[in-house]
Amino acid sequence: MSTQAELKESINPRSKENCLLVLKNVSKSFPGVKALDGVDLDVRAGEVHALLGENGAGKSTLMKILAGIYQPDGGEVILEDQLVHMSSPIEAREHGVLLIHQELSLVPDMTVAENVFLGNIPRFANIFVNNRHLNDRCGEILTRLNCKFEATERLGNLSIANQQMVEIARALVFQPKVVVFDEPTASLTDYEKVVLFGVIRELKESGTAIVYISHRMDEIFELSDRISVLRDGTYQGTFETAQTNEDEVTQRMIGRDLDADIEHQPPELGIKALKVDGLGIEGLYSDISFDVHVGEVVGFYGLVGAGRTEVMETIFGLRKPDSGSVQINGEDLIINSPSDAIDHGLGLVPESRKEQGLVLGMSCKDNTTLANIRKFTRFGWIDTAAERAIFEEYMEKLRIKCPGWEYETLNLSGGNQQKVVIGKWLSTSPKILILDEPTRGIDVGSKSEIHHLIRELAKSGLAVIVVSSEMPEVLTVSDRIIAMYDGSITQCFDRNEVTEDTLIRAITGQTV
Amino acid sequence: MNRIINLITRQPIWIFVFICIVFFSFSSPYFLDIRNFSNILLQASTIGLIALGMTFVMINGNIDLSVGATLALAASLAVGLQPQLGIMGAVLVGLLSGILIGALNGIIAWKTGVDAFIVTLGAMIGVRGLVFIYTEEQAFYAYDLAYSDFGASSLFGIPVLALIFIFLTITAHLVLKYTIHGRNVFAVGGNRVAAKEAGIRVGPHMLLNFILIGFLAALSGILLSTQMGASTPNLGRNYELWTITAVVLGGTRLTGGFGSIIGTLGGVLAIAILRNGMNLLQVPSFYVLIILGSILIIVLFIDKRFSEPKGVGA
Amino acid sequence: MKALLDSFKPGLKGGEISPLQFFGKHGISVAFILCVVIFSLSTQKFLSTDNFLTVVMQASIIGTIALGVTFVVIGGNLDLSVGSLLSFATVLVVDLHDKVGPGAAILLMFVFTLLIGSVNGYLIGYLRLNSLIVTLGMLSAIQGITLVYSGGKNVDISDQENTWFAFFGREELFGIPIPALIFIVLGIVLQIVLLKSGFGRKIFAIGGNATASLFSGLRRNRLVFSTYLLSAFTTGCAALILGSRVMGSQNNVGEGYELLVLAGVILGGTSLLGGSGSIARTVIGVLILAMIQNGLLLLGFPYYTQWLVTWVVIIVAVWLDIAAKRGKLFSTY
Repeated sequence: MSTQAELKESINPRSKENCLLVLKNVSKSFPGVKALDGVDLDVRAGEVHALLGENGAGKSTLMKILAGIYQPDGGEVILEDQLVHMSSPIEAREHGVLLIHQELSLVPDMTVAENVFLGNIPRFANIFVNNRHLNDRCGEILTRLNCKFEATERLGNLSIANQQMVEIARALVFQPKVVVFDEPTASLTDYEKVVLFGVIRELKESGTAIVYISHRMDEIFELSDRISVLRDGTYQGTFETAQTNEDEVTQRMIGRDLDADIEHQPPELGIKALKVDGLGIEGLYSDISFDVHVGEVVGFYGLVGAGRTEVMETIFGLRKPDSGSVQINGEDLIINSPSDAIDHGLGLVPESRKEQGLVLGMSCKDNTTLANIRKFTRFGWIDTAAERAIFEEYMEKLRIKCPGWEYETLNLSGGNQQKVVIGKWLSTSPKILILDEPTRGIDVGSKSEIHHLIRELAKSGLAVIVVSSEMPEVLTVSDRIIAMYDGSITQCFDRNEVTEDTLIRAITGQTV
Repeated sequence: MNRIINLITRQPIWIFVFICIVFFSFSSPYFLDIRNFSNILLQASTIGLIALGMTFVMINGNIDLSVGATLALAASLAVGLQPQLGIMGAVLVGLLSGILIGALNGIIAWKTGVDAFIVTLGAMIGVRGLVFIYTEEQAFYAYDLAYSDFGASSLFGIPVLALIFIFLTITAHLVLKYTIHGRNVFAVGGNRVAAKEAGIRVGPHMLLNFILIGFLAALSGILLSTQMGASTPNLGRNYELWTITAVVLGGTRLTGGFGSIIGTLGGVLAIAILRNGMNLLQVPSFYVLIILGSILIIVLFIDKRFSEPKGVGA
Repeated sequence: MKALLDSFKPGLKGGEISPLQFFGKHGISVAFILCVVIFSLSTQKFLSTDNFLTVVMQASIIGTIALGVTFVVIGGNLDLSVGSLLSFATVLVVDLHDKVGPGAAILLMFVFTLLIGSVNGYLIGYLRLNSLIVTLGMLSAIQGITLVYSGGKNVDISDQENTWFAFFGREELFGIPIPALIFIVLGIVLQIVLLKSGFGRKIFAIGGNATASLFSGLRRNRLVFSTYLLSAFTTGCAALILGSRVMGSQNNVGEGYELLVLAGVILGGTSLLGGSGSIARTVIGVLILAMIQNGLLLLGFPYYTQWLVTWVVIIVAVWLDIAAKRGKLFSTY
């Protein structure tokens, strides 16, 4: 770790002048995860400072600390040479720090102008809404942003991209000192992107500091003045954009500590367990074809919003496809519901374990048998002893740290919660297991355990699909990697022939 | 023209009101008559006044079940205290009781975080208990005829009570549409987290709405007692249900964030016209219950079909 | 004062729980014992087997309905139509008694009651309409249907002395009134169903997290549908008790019952958000309400004082429950 300090010094000759916002040694932990560990950051007025890191590297935690949503456990936040403590988004706003969310926090049934001025509506005689002022001022901001919609439009009628512009317009109302953009281009078209970049440059000219969070290298190099890199909650250094290149920052971002102990021998392929042909849903994804064999792990890699999750949900019977077919063990099937899917030997460890994976108020044991409760009931009555036995079996196998079978899953750490979800699906003895972002928000230890487990499962005769946004993860676990971009499959790689560079290109839509 | 089409698609209940008017005009010679229309307005005013307040509360994302009991308490006080306090004094006490119950509900919901449904369910039972204890299960009669004269009086041929209702409807519409409070009520109901993050203080707005509905329920009860020249402890039974029905028919969303006073007025009139018209046609009032219940469910069904986004599991 | 407030803060060392959490968990039992103790100390008539049976008897109608409604609420929905349904079922069974005999009357009553329950279940389970509004609409519609059926007239049984129909409301077994017995036996059976059957487990799951249940292959439609069948069934049982006890019925006999039922369920700590709750606690909740009624009457308070007390008790109970989960007495908005 001492080398890291030296590293910081060498890469980042601190010029204290112009530093609008400084973070010193900021740490933040959640139960079971250390999200940020002694992170430093300095942002100057009038610069675009890109923040780079993989999912789970701590970017969003850092950003939420800046926006006052989280409070750091340790370290200092210094704004304009003053130590500040921001205990709520409102306070952060008062300090001039604004966050443009990835998840929009807007009111769909209100007009654009009302959303832009939410909580801050121009008034006259103190109690009345000054509608003209409201719409005029909003109109001005929309013109500045080159928006093509009216201030009086209902927000819910706008496209997601335009709603994003509304979020930006909202920040501009406050003449902010620091604006944090979290993946702002994830849902924008190229034209909208150009407009957005124009706005960001304009903000920068006017002396605002911009923190720009993105996965997309091309954007970062186009836009930013400096780049800071996070990995696993630790600070990896800051680079002048002009003096570095994609390789250098990528190396910092990914690190070189890929699990070396997992050997990648091509697996002994069994029969074709799953064959998907021409699957498509209007507006979400189209023409998805691939197959998975018994004994192999297929990784689905792509950016958030590329349509991977939707494909998996369709296979699992949660969505109705407009076209295409699904074959399991060579048999053409129509899967209408998850219970059909389960009957055909499918399992899905969903993307969001708290919302889709677990009933948090129920015990570990009850969650473990939920997808398979029929097997544990006789004439309608639950065989609790059998349930306990199966939970204890998986508790041991998956090394779930849990005080007992009665323990509510609500109180488990993220990693252990995820293991309960995996246990739930294993207890249905599936033939095909889909894991969607299996290690999101999980500490490093559990992460590698789960990776090992996935390999083991394939070896023991399952066909496994892993959907992930983390490159080390797909590289670690997959035998083959399918890259998706914008609703279609761009390329399919064998583990041995893939490089990080080609992968990044494939998922960002750059043709090779 | 566009505006009219827009209004109709956003306020389907007015189409229903219109159809009802046409239907009853053809089927009963007595229906299309200015006197009958004032009568309908008069009948609508009791539920209507409470529905104005309920519109605020529901757009805000809450609900108030205690309005029927509040109405009975205010009416009983306003009639029962007349011998001691005179008409004005008694009416003031009645109105005050409504404001107090509203404020109590609001403060409990705000400070304890208990869901408004439960808070007002409790109040509904408790306040009704208060009414029975205070009245000792007796009906009260207003011996001063000036009281019931007021209830029967007209201005320009329109009952005063109907005029009060119209005036307050317009006021409520303006408040909801043009004040900061009105705007923030929509924001809180539409996305509570976003509103909170934007610095809107959720609690005070909620409190204000509960005070408003308490006041309107009390007023409604007092006006109802001037019509009858009396109050009974069972007054206002099930009125919460009728009020919610009217507001939901008017297009206000149960989960909050959407609705209008114009829609609510449509909902209130729909119920009143249906009752009046079927009464003129001598249909037993039982059928009105069945028809209204069915309409409520059908409206909900239609609303769901057109407004729900398709997603996982749809 | 500060120390008192501090004592409500959570996050004590492992094993210990704060007073607030204690009340959140055991508040209902504490309230039950408190009720018994207070009333026993203040009136000698309270603590006797006879009086206890009276309390259970008084609680039996609301309690029996509350058993089914508990399933509905745990599943994440509401049922406001049970009061109207009780009126309907009672009028039906009493009216049919003289026309087709008691056996057929009971059978027909259950058929029609379950039919109405299945309409609720279809609209809410399969069409996924909001349960509050649907059952509100049904409340009104069923009221109308009852009135249309009876023509607005009250009904009664002509030969009240010589019908075995009297069994359900007027007779005793082993010294226990049948209504109390129906309530208790049904309560025990349903508690076991809730805790030990796959059905009960699934109801908890859909109420606790509908999305996760969907992802686990549970069929929400069917499950919600069955909870409404169940609440219709227990309402039918309550109608048996009521019809048999009164041997007649008014058209609006069940008016307002939906709210007292809900009060009992809420008092029992079943969250209106779904996913938690228990039949045993609902039973205690209903019994507390009945005890308040009984005790206050014995003490000579006016009849309706019980409603005032109910108001306070419900809000305090739910408040403590929420405060325990939140870890703070007051909310922060």
